[in-house]
Amino acid sequence: MSPPPEQVLDSRLASGSPPRLTAPRRNRGGRGMHHHRYGYVFAAPFLACFALLFVLPLGYAFYLSLFKNQLVGGTVFAGLANYSRALTDGLLLAGVGRVSLFFVLQVPLMLALALLAALAIDSGLLRLTRLIRLGIFIPYAVPAVVATLMWGYLYGPDFGPAAQLAAKIGVTAPDFLGNTLLLPAIANVVTWEFTGYNMIVLYAALRTVPRELYEAAAVDGAGAWRIAWSIKVPALRPALLLCLMFSVIGSFQLFTEPNLLQTLAPTVIGAGYTPNLYAYNLAFISQEPDYAAAVSFLLGLVMVIISYVVLYLAGRRSRR
Amino acid sequence: MQTPARHFTRRGALAVTAAAAAGIVLDACSSSGSSSPAATTAAVTQAEIDKAMKTPTTLTFWTWVPDISQEIAVFEQQYPAIKINVVNPGQGTPLYTKLRTALDAGKGTPDVSQVEYQYIPTFAILNAFVDLRPYGAAAQAEKFVGWVWDQVTGPNGEIYAYPQDTGPMGLLYREDIFAKHGISVPATWDDFAVAARKLHAADPGVYLTNLADNEVAAWHGLMWQAGSRPYAVNGTTIGLALDDTASKKVADYWGGLVSDGLISTDPDFTSNWYQGLGTGKYASWLTGAWGPAFLAGAIKSTAGKWRAAPLPQWNTKQPVAGNWGGSTNGVIKGTPYPIAAAKFAEFLNTNPQTTAMFNTEQNLFPSLKSLLNSATFSSYKVPFFGGQQANALFASISATVNVGWQWPPFLDQSVTDWTSTVGSALAAKADVAAATSKWESEVASYAKTQGFNVTAA
Repeated sequence: MSPPPEQVLDSRLASGSPPRLTAPRRNRGGRGMHHHRYGYVFAAPFLACFALLFVLPLGYAFYLSLFKNQLVGGTVFAGLANYSRALTDGLLLAGVGRVSLFFVLQVPLMLALALLAALAIDSGLLRLTRLIRLGIFIPYAVPAVVATLMWGYLYGPDFGPAAQLAAKIGVTAPDFLGNTLLLPAIANVVTWEFTGYNMIVLYAALRTVPRELYEAAAVDGAGAWRIAWSIKVPALRPALLLCLMFSVIGSFQLFTEPNLLQTLAPTVIGAGYTPNLYAYNLAFISQEPDYAAAVSFLLGLVMVIISYVVLYLAGRRSRR
Repeated sequence: MQTPARHFTRRGALAVTAAAAAGIVLDACSSSGSSSPAATTAAVTQAEIDKAMKTPTTLTFWTWVPDISQEIAVFEQQYPAIKINVVNPGQGTPLYTKLRTALDAGKGTPDVSQVEYQYIPTFAILNAFVDLRPYGAAAQAEKFVGWVWDQVTGPNGEIYAYPQDTGPMGLLYREDIFAKHGISVPATWDDFAVAARKLHAADPGVYLTNLADNEVAAWHGLMWQAGSRPYAVNGTTIGLALDDTASKKVADYWGGLVSDGLISTDPDFTSNWYQGLGTGKYASWLTGAWGPAFLAGAIKSTAGKWRAAPLPQWNTKQPVAGNWGGSTNGVIKGTPYPIAAAKFAEFLNTNPQTTAMFNTEQNLFPSLKSLLNSATFSSYKVPFFGGQQANALFASISATVNVGWQWPPFLDQSVTDWTSTVGSALAAKADVAAATSKWESEVASYAKTQGFNVTAA
């Protein structure tokens, strides 16, 4: 017996194991071959784009990463030398450490806020829910570049509003763009940008929970908090996991915000502040596109591993 | 070993033996190279030039100079067969990134491009420039200020580009703030330090100057003035002395002012910095000769309050300056029209009318001796500077710029490494002189991974 496809997908997200090969057999009633062929026709535009814009550049980047290009001496085949250099590159490792810290600091906070907002809007206890929902979501619609420039002004050490307010009441404003506070300051910008997005994902998932469950729980004597904790949150597990996955990727690919804030905090945000920024600087400042390709590949590998670990841990929990 | 391509081999008609002979002469010529016999041997003839300038041609010119079509119109009037297609990929880095990509791809390069002095070796090592000697460039050398011409000349006498504008450094200061606190214009760096202490004590909200912790160009200019020679390039051998005695002297001096909190180190060209200039947080700015025009455009509210002076000196008996900024026009390898392109770059930067227009229309500070010495130029009273004849002052500063300064073939890396070492030390009020040694070792290790033979300069 095969479960319907939706269940397969759900169990994969929830258990963290690769999908078992229990997908419904396609060859039902002998008409399968036809469907088979049409399926590929429909998927062809996607597959073409996928191959051309994803697989091909990826393959080319890997090819590049096997070479070494010098200002003196030109390009020579280097095998895996770029990779071994990357594994001992202090700047890169520090960058990976920094985004890991960022992930640990920022993601739980952002998801907790998003969850809280989604539950509040879904609770039916608020008025003007549409307005609130839109208000929380709007920062996501602001391009990251604009958001960062705006926050860069707000953080300004002399003439930003925080600094001016502090000057008025006679204290010194914290140096948001200094060595210690810059990472939290970036975390704040990212939280501001993406809480709304995650809230919408969670809220949409909440809307699919059958209302009968709430009624049944209410009949059993559960209050709003109890319903939220015992029904809504467990129902949100797949959606939360999806948000978490996006956040892992987003954290480790952190680039736009530090790249733009670099002009304001040039000595804090060095070439290797985040791994992506490092790859960019290697390619365009140091003129080492080959090494940059190797760094990018390793970064991709790290993200695959971390994603897998996250899925595995979450899956193990749900089986308990 | 790779032999650098010689441009004149392009001329197919030249006999192989003649080309070889010319090559030998060229190799033998000294680094001054301005009147090398090789250049004349391989030079294109006047007949070839006339023919090229009468053949209908469209040249692509990458530049960020605003409204340059006015100067180009003068050229096109003189040479109606040649049309110039101006493309503006953006100032500095955006243009260089695009130029690198085009050079890598081997197509899509412009015929002529704007390039700043400090980037000439960076592109020369990518073989980006057509050597202008066969096109009569050496004959133009005498028209330009000596140190400027040095900047476009390669180690074997190659002429990579025509200088357009320059930025000999001076001190722009707020006359009102100086007068209010009884500070006279510092003639020496010692005076400058005393003034910094006095001013900051009198008003803790004001700093005598801001030495931006991200502005390696200003730092290079100050090293240049102090007589440092951080880069010595010769082919694949590079001498690095980013922490030489003069460099350490500059680092110790500024490190001291910074650690005493007497000057600020805010990053420049940010909104915070513009505000600081406008509100008088910084009482002066150490900058290039383009600074007066820049200030007049950027912070109009302070009009009339600024004055210009030479840089404070290490030794008043022998005034010297460094340079910050300015750019050139180079002819890019791969152009099908090297003659027309070279003559266009030459015309634009040596013609009396166009060069005068660059100064009056775009506020570019000249590199031609004739213009620097002209009465109309030097007698101009700058309203923003309270009617001071700032042109004349900077022209006299230009004559004192140190000769012999060179740039590395990987400027971007040196800039990045400076920010993470010296810049960081300035921001953190740490040991700046020690940071120059770290800068040196980081740049040296990069140079080695890039295959250079690194020696102490």
